[in-house]
Order: sequence, then C-alpha cells, then structure tokens
Amino acid sequence: MPDLLLDVQGLETTFKTPDGVVHAVNGVSFTLKEGETLGVVGESGCGKSVTMHSMLRLIPTPPGKIVAGKALFFGQDLLQMTTEEIRHVRGGQIGMIFQDPMTSLNPVLTIGKQLEEPLMLHVGMSKKQAQERAAELLSMVGIPNASERLKDYPHQYSGGMRQRVMIAMALSCSPQILIADEPTTALDVTIQAQITDLVKRLRDEIGMSIIWITHDLGVVAGLAHRVVVMYGGFIIEESEVKELYANPTHPYTIGLLGSLPRVDEKERTRLFSIEGAPPVLYNKPTACPFAPRCKWAMERCWNENPLLEPVAPEHRVACWVDTKTGRPRS
Amino acid sequence: MSNNNADVLLKVEDLKMHFPIYRGVFQRQVGAVRAVDGISFDVHRGETLGLVGESGCGKSTTGRTILQLYKPTEGQIHFEGADLVTLHGEEMRRMRRKMQMIFQDPYASLNPRMTVEQIVGEPLMVHNVATGKEIEERVKHLLELVGLNPAFSTRYPHEFSGGQRQRVGVARALALQPSFIICDEPISALDVSIQAQVVNLLEELQEQFNLTYLFIAHDLSMVRHISKRVAVMYLGVIVELTDRDELYSSPLHPYTQALLSAVPIPDPLLDAQRKRTILEGDVPSPANPPSGCRFRTRCPIAQSLCAESRPEFREVKPGHFVACHLVK
Repeated sequence: MPDLLLDVQGLETTFKTPDGVVHAVNGVSFTLKEGETLGVVGESGCGKSVTMHSMLRLIPTPPGKIVAGKALFFGQDLLQMTTEEIRHVRGGQIGMIFQDPMTSLNPVLTIGKQLEEPLMLHVGMSKKQAQERAAELLSMVGIPNASERLKDYPHQYSGGMRQRVMIAMALSCSPQILIADEPTTALDVTIQAQITDLVKRLRDEIGMSIIWITHDLGVVAGLAHRVVVMYGGFIIEESEVKELYANPTHPYTIGLLGSLPRVDEKERTRLFSIEGAPPVLYNKPTACPFAPRCKWAMERCWNENPLLEPVAPEHRVACWVDTKTGRPRS
Repeated sequence: MSNNNADVLLKVEDLKMHFPIYRGVFQRQVGAVRAVDGISFDVHRGETLGLVGESGCGKSTTGRTILQLYKPTEGQIHFEGADLVTLHGEEMRRMRRKMQMIFQDPYASLNPRMTVEQIVGEPLMVHNVATGKEIEERVKHLLELVGLNPAFSTRYPHEFSGGQRQRVGVARALALQPSFIICDEPISALDVSIQAQVVNLLEELQEQFNLTYLFIAHDLSMVRHISKRVAVMYLGVIVELTDRDELYSSPLHPYTQALLSAVPIPDPLLDAQRKRTILEGDVPSPANPPSGCRFRTRCPIAQSLCAESRPEFREVKPGHFVACHLVK
C-alpha cells in the first residue's frame, strides 16, 4: 500500500534488570496510514510506551535492547538508521509529546529558546525567523499574547499551558507523525478536554497522522480512527474504533470496558473487575499472557500463544476462545 | 439544611481553611491561600457523599480539615453530636477512632520499614484496643476482609502490587471499626482493571459494616458510580450539591455542566453526539480569587452581577443546592 506511513513488524524489546531479563515488547506489528489517528491502549507495564520508544530508538541501551523487528517509515527502517539519520527523523518528521509537561521542558531555558532550537536545528531557520515562527506556533496552540510569553520560563506556565507548549514544539517542524504518550493523563478533565480538542483541530488543519498512547478508553473513543489494545507486550486486539466499542472481543478488552463506570450509567451495579494483576515478564511468554486472569481460559490458552486473527472486517483478535459463545474459535 | 428526617452523621457549617503566606525577613503574613472558603454540607449515616473538583479546588483540604489534621480558620464540624473544632486532647483522640482516612498514593502512605502486620496493627496498639496475640488475630481477620491472604502479614509493602497495597490501606482504616471513612482519591493511582477491584471492595465493606464514606475524587464517572449524593467544588467553595442522578441528568451550575461535558465517554457513537462545553483558561489562584462568584472568570454566561456579589449557596429544588446568581 502506498499510503502506509509507518509499518512496524515483529518488534521485540528486552530490558536487563538485576532480577532477570524483562521481555517488555514481544513481537508487535502495526501500521499507520496517512491522516489516521491510532489509539494505543493498555495498562502500565503493557509495553505501549516501550514500543514507541523502541521505534524511535529512545530507549537507553543498555539495559534496553531491541532484539528483533523492523520499523519502516516511508520504506526506510528506523532501526537500521545511523544515529545522525534518526536524529533528523525525531523531532523533524516524527514529533513526540510526553506525559509530564513539567519534566519534559528544561526549567532553566525560556519557552522561546526551547521552541526555537528545533526550528534552527531541523529546518535551518535563522534566529530571527525562528523567533517569528515560535510566536506563531504559540498562538496556534491557543496561548494569548504569544510573543511576550516566549520570554517566560516553564514555571510561569500552568500545566495545561505547558502541555500546549509541548504540542507546539512537537509540531514546530511540521511532522508527518505525532506520537502522543499519555499527554493528558497529568491534567484535569476540563484541561484534558481543551487539549484533545486542540489536537483534533490541528490534525484536521495540518493533516498529520497521530499515535495516541493512553490507558483511558474514554479519551480514545472520541479521538482515534483505529485502536490497538496491548497486554503483556503483545497486541491482543486491533480494530476500527466504533467496531471495538460495539463488539469488544478479547476477554481483556471486554473486562477493561466493563470495569469502567460511565458518566451515562443508568443503574448502579457492581463493576466488572478483572481479578489478579498484570504480569511482569521475566520469560518470553509461550502461552497467552492473559490466561491467568481470564475466566474463559481453556487448556490450549496455557500452552500456546494465540496470534492476531481477523474476526470481522478491520477487526483482529489474539484469542483461542470465541468470547461470544465461550467455545474454542474454529 | 433539608432532609431533617435523615440521620445526619457529619454536619459541616461554614468551614474555612486559610493557609497564611509569609514573606520577607520578619516573616510577616502578606496574604492567605483560601483553600477552603466557607462550605456547608451534611453527610448522612450509611451514605457515600462524593466530593469532586479539579486539582487545587480544596477537596483534599476539606477532608483533612474534617479529621482535624488542620485546625480550621473558621466554622464548625459536628460529628455524632460533638463539635470537633472545640475538642482537645483525650476527647479528640477518642473521636479519632470513629473517623479514618484512606489515602491516594498506596506507595507513599505505607511505611516501607514496617510489615503489614505492624501497619494494620498500629492503630489497635495506639488506641489500646488490643494487645499482643489479639492484635495478630485481628490483623489476620482484617486482611481476610479486604481480600488479602492472612499469611502475607509478615511481608513488607514493597512486596505488594499497587492494588494490594491499597487493600492494606483499607485494612488499616478499618482496624478501629470506624463509622466514617474519608477516601481521598483512593483509586486514582491504580490501573483501570485494579480500580474496579478496589471500588467493589469499598462497596462491599460499606454494606457489611454500614460505613459512611466521604469519597473525594476527580474522576466524575467513578464518583457517579459509588456516591449517593455528590458535591462539586471549585476554588474553595461548593458550587452544587445534590443527588447523583439529579446532578448527572440535570446539572444547574455552569461549572458542573462544563465539567460533565468534558468527561470522555468510552463509546465513540455517544461521544460524537454530545455537545461539549470547553472552558477557556485555567483555574485562578486561591491566594487571590476573583471577586463575587469564583467561577465568573471562566463562566460562559457570566454577567456584571456575578462580579459584584458572591452567590448564596441555596436550595433551588428539594435537596438540590446551587451557588449561582443565574439559576432560577
């Protein structure tokens, strides 16, 4: 397909720790089309951030190690690039926003300085051009009195405004892909709504693709076109967004959606809860990683790890059980 | 307030908690952070009152002030007939047994150098409720109650996962058989699938022991799930208080309306149909709050009247309180 921006195949990442080797990502494959927003959902430790960081080679090596896989960006493998080449991609063609807007900004440099740096580095603008562009970017993300506020330091901005600065910075070099790693998790609901609204508006204006990593199935519902759900370093379900919420198929996805109380809840019932806790993967799983917490688990689930199989158009699931009938999937 | 026939366990009246700001060489007081600025509400026996608001609105300070962890600047807190603000020494100590707290961060609220048995047993020892072997027995029973294996009592907090630690926190809060528990964001540090486990546990315990909760949270959907009535705070004041169904189906205060419309719904179809009110700007500083109505600087319908006088917190329908000039 010509419109594939990003094609990740069989990505595997491990981390060496004093307690043994942790298999954080265990063969993850996904694609991103032009103009598409992909939601990546999972709980802490499921490998969603590590996947993106590995792809951009942002994990510290050692202890981290990318064991296998390819990450084709416009047909070029990001994992094989030289350090010089990947630096041009990061921040230039692929922008990133991180969860905590306080720790991602340098507290001793002005906002202006931090916004101008990538423009001069990646785009080759002069100091003066960069200053003008920085002011433009700040007002684009909705910060009033932009050219004055460029002289401020990060601590003079509120949390929501810092996140706007991060977005401005990620967008400064007009990237094709924006990777947003839990960008609204540290923010209050009303500010979260401001930020998701801003990202949606900018997406439609600029026409970029977005990978939005989150643990919040609510945020993704309003934002993404397609969603992948991760568990234990694997993608366990992948679907078009409406289909996923209408027909969640993997037991983990069903449990996750069931454990959410809803603001539009009609009657008070007990929440569906998934027993147990997410795994720490000291061995590369040979069986389904969710089997110990799954109420549908059969013998096969403990012995073989299921692969992603289509269950409907644009909907793939990695599970041996047909959760609609409770019988093995044929 | 209304609902006289209900059994009122806790009655808060015009509570204020101002933290002084000191400046200069002589540390003169130059102002105050008005974290809580005149709030009144009742909590009925056996109910869960949800207290929601964004960070910095004073919801946690309210909880801590009720437990007398801070000395309030002004106001009264009636608990089981006594005014907690006027109690001292031994009287207050005896009162503390009846009110407990569950904290937000299960990593920071358990002493890493104490075993689970010591943590859960400490309140029993401090209040001379049990000694020696009896403490051990009681701890084991408490651990079973919260769904932990009693054999784990000799373990240290780092050996548990976040959800299990929060269960230890719940066991500690239950040790003295309190009637009232303040849950200060008990689930916001936990993973989604674990949150449901802890919330279900809290609900089961409430039914079993007829507990009364003040459930402080910023997650509106979880508050809706667990509470009977909900109070919404903004910048140190309660702007709306009513039954949970009433609040979520017909919110009257513009802030509540905006807050509810900002909550993401995990359903793309419903989410697309909704009309969203997106508030402009940020919450002002509580050290220098706006005149009149606190919310007027971000309110989409504010008028000149709103800057002049502070709206009264009044009952507009039976059991439905709102502080807004423009609500009829």
